[in-house]
Amino acid sequence: MMSDTNYLTTDFTLRSWFLTTDHKRIAILYFASLIVFFFIGGAAATLIRIELATPQADLVSSDVYNRLFTMHGIIMVWFFLIPSIPNTLGNFIVPLMIGARDLAFPRLNLMSWYIFMLGGCTTLFAIFAGGVDTGWTFYTPFSTLYSNSYVIVAAAGVFIAGFSSILTGLNFIVTIHRLRAPGLTWYRLPLFLWSLYATSVILVLATPVLAITLLLMATERFFGVGIFDPRIGGDPLLFQHLFWFYSHPAVYIMILPGMGVINELISCFSRKQVFGYKFVAWCSLAIAAVGFLVWGHHMFVSGQSLVASLVFSFMSFIVAVPSAIKVFNWTATLHKGSIHFDAPMLYALGFIGLFTVGGLTGLFLACLAYDVHATDTYFVVAHFHYIMVGGMVTAYFGGLHYWWPKITGRLYSEYWARTAAVLIFFGFNLTFFPQFILGAEGMPRRYHVYPPEFQVWNVLSSGGATILAVAYLMPLFYLGYSAFFGKRAPANPWDAPGLEWQTSSPPPEHNFTTQPVVTRDPYQYNEAFQAEPQNA
Amino acid sequence: MPDSSAVAPQYASIPHRDHTAELGMWVFIATEVLLFGGLILAYFVYRHAFPQGFAEGSRHTEIVIGTANTAVLLTSSFLVAWAIEIFSPATIRIVTWLLIGAACLGLLFIVLKGIEYSKEYDEHLVPGIDFLFAGPLANGVQLFFIFYFIATAIHALHMLIGICLLITLATLCRKAPTTRHHAALHSAALYWHFVDVAWIFLFALIYLPGRSAS
Ligand code: HEM
Ligand SMILES: [Cu+2]
Repeated sequence: MMSDTNYLTTDFTLRSWFLTTDHKRIAILYFASLIVFFFIGGAAATLIRIELATPQADLVSSDVYNRLFTMHGIIMVWFFLIPSIPNTLGNFIVPLMIGARDLAFPRLNLMSWYIFMLGGCTTLFAIFAGGVDTGWTFYTPFSTLYSNSYVIVAAAGVFIAGFSSILTGLNFIVTIHRLRAPGLTWYRLPLFLWSLYATSVILVLATPVLAITLLLMATERFFGVGIFDPRIGGDPLLFQHLFWFYSHPAVYIMILPGMGVINELISCFSRKQVFGYKFVAWCSLAIAAVGFLVWGHHMFVSGQSLVASLVFSFMSFIVAVPSAIKVFNWTATLHKGSIHFDAPMLYALGFIGLFTVGGLTGLFLACLAYDVHATDTYFVVAHFHYIMVGGMVTAYFGGLHYWWPKITGRLYSEYWARTAAVLIFFGFNLTFFPQFILGAEGMPRRYHVYPPEFQVWNVLSSGGATILAVAYLMPLFYLGYSAFFGKRAPANPWDAPGLEWQTSSPPPEHNFTTQPVVTRDPYQYNEAFQAEPQNA
Repeated sequence: MPDSSAVAPQYASIPHRDHTAELGMWVFIATEVLLFGGLILAYFVYRHAFPQGFAEGSRHTEIVIGTANTAVLLTSSFLVAWAIEIFSPATIRIVTWLLIGAACLGLLFIVLKGIEYSKEYDEHLVPGIDFLFAGPLANGVQLFFIFYFIATAIHALHMLIGICLLITLATLCRKAPTTRHHAALHSAALYWHFVDVAWIFLFALIYLPGRSAS
């Protein structure tokens, strides 16, 4: 039963977009904003890689270089990666997946976007007014006493955007608790929802700690008081503790949603149930919980006590266990599946490989002895890019392709999509694998000049970055083309059982014309799935 | 009680909507707990490092005003709880007055806090603006007062938001109270009680350390 208007065609005025409370339209607002932030952050990365192609300083001064990597980090972490999957795909898909007509608090959802944009503009203002040179971590005493840049404004932007994160997390938690369709029990939830739930818990519990930390830092800087200043009794390490108490959990905000997407893709394109469903579901929550107890692994060389370091090292090994379980379960899902190499699946397979490398090198870094050698080198840079870019950004693209027909009602060019997926994989590895070698050989991060013997690997890395840049631009064109001229998509192009595929593409304004009722476990790819219509 | 507005499409029924709203407030309070939690953690780290400085700082606070404010806030919370208990179209006049009373007590709290701040300013105890304290305990006392001002300022901001909520609700439900107002009041009351509980923790941390033993 299809209605002829969908959420895109109900109203065409600008007002209807900027005052919308429809979760699908808000998702589109986020999509559009995040593309902008992604390319601004990407531009900074491009300049960094051009500078590093030669050992000397030719393009920028050290001072400008500091501002470049700071801007890259701040934008990519807070204005792209943290909101990436939750606020776009999550916003669009969560209500559809649970058979609801919207999120629990639609107006809060819109408000969250406006807060996000306010934070984003504040930070952009700081950046274009002259930039920030503290690194994305805002370490004291540099950020409070010595830095001569727009620290407070940039921190204010991050602080504001944090409330947007909190509101989105809150909305998801309440929605998943309260708005599930009849029959949709917790163990029938698609695993994407379990991972978004875990993410939301982190958003709600960790972000306020970042807020108070930045507030303390800004107070010290503004009033010239010594909260973290050792000359008058303060402790700069306390800043690091508070910052990483947020930021380590935050790295899981930046991977859990990606893991969630991968479950959907792997099971759809091997036409099988996810292996060990309950393990994967609980692993998301385990990661969220244990992730709060490992922050000290960022401070092994800070002078914290050996006992603390040992405990944090041990806990870091523990937190890798649920991640590893997931990787094993995905590969077990592939086993004897009927595998289809459609574009989303190529992204998913890429994710598994890249995430595994990133996770395993995390274990290197969690070893106290090795970390002393590797910390603050390119090894760390490669580690987290394998997870954040190789993992999360790849998953983001995979999910975008998978749900694209639902979001836009159009099909994209499979040929170009596969080409981009393969290019991203190779470009990524060429960019970041050499950085492991550089780091192991001792090249420190955050410098714009380096000894000539490191040049080979840096040139390879910059070359890879060129491929990666092209590959990331490609979807802009073929997806952009598809959105307007692509072939019309059917309601369920992947023949998938999820509730989001039971309504038309694109969905009508309130998602479902009749309240769906769930009678099956998720991922029943073999038999026909039933979503019996029933009156609400 | 009548419900004037139709239920938004994502809800199945009025109770469904109201319970959902309440859960939202609980999750929000969880966020707030961590916000104050981070601050209180930092306080404890420094109190551990400067036990005497913190005790000395605490002795310079106005415990009379602090205690009075605690009483004011608890009474205000009580009025809100009372308003919820008796909420119905028949009692709406009393409910409105209870809410106005609670909001006024909130304002009284802010005024007393302002008097306290000005006393501290006169005694040169405001770090970053006017702080003069000689002697070996100066660092600890300064850190104590930094936390004192940040914590109480954040708390006062929460109070202001809460006062606005109470006044808005009092005005809205004055004419024709609905179940929706009741639900909104319930959430607002949760928030108001949270602000109250946060104050009780701050009270113990601010006014008592230097006064317990000696
Ligand atoms: C498998 C579990 C993981 C372990 C055991 C682990 C371990 C570590 C360790 C020990 C460090 C500190 C290295 C140093 O500074 O010397 C580190 C840095 C980092 N990790 Fe991981 N990690 C894991 C997963 C992740 C994930 C999932 C992400 C992101 C999505 C991530 C992102 C980062 C970032 C951004 C940094 C560097 C922060 C900075 O200094 O700027 N890690 N990791
Ligand atoms: Cu970490």
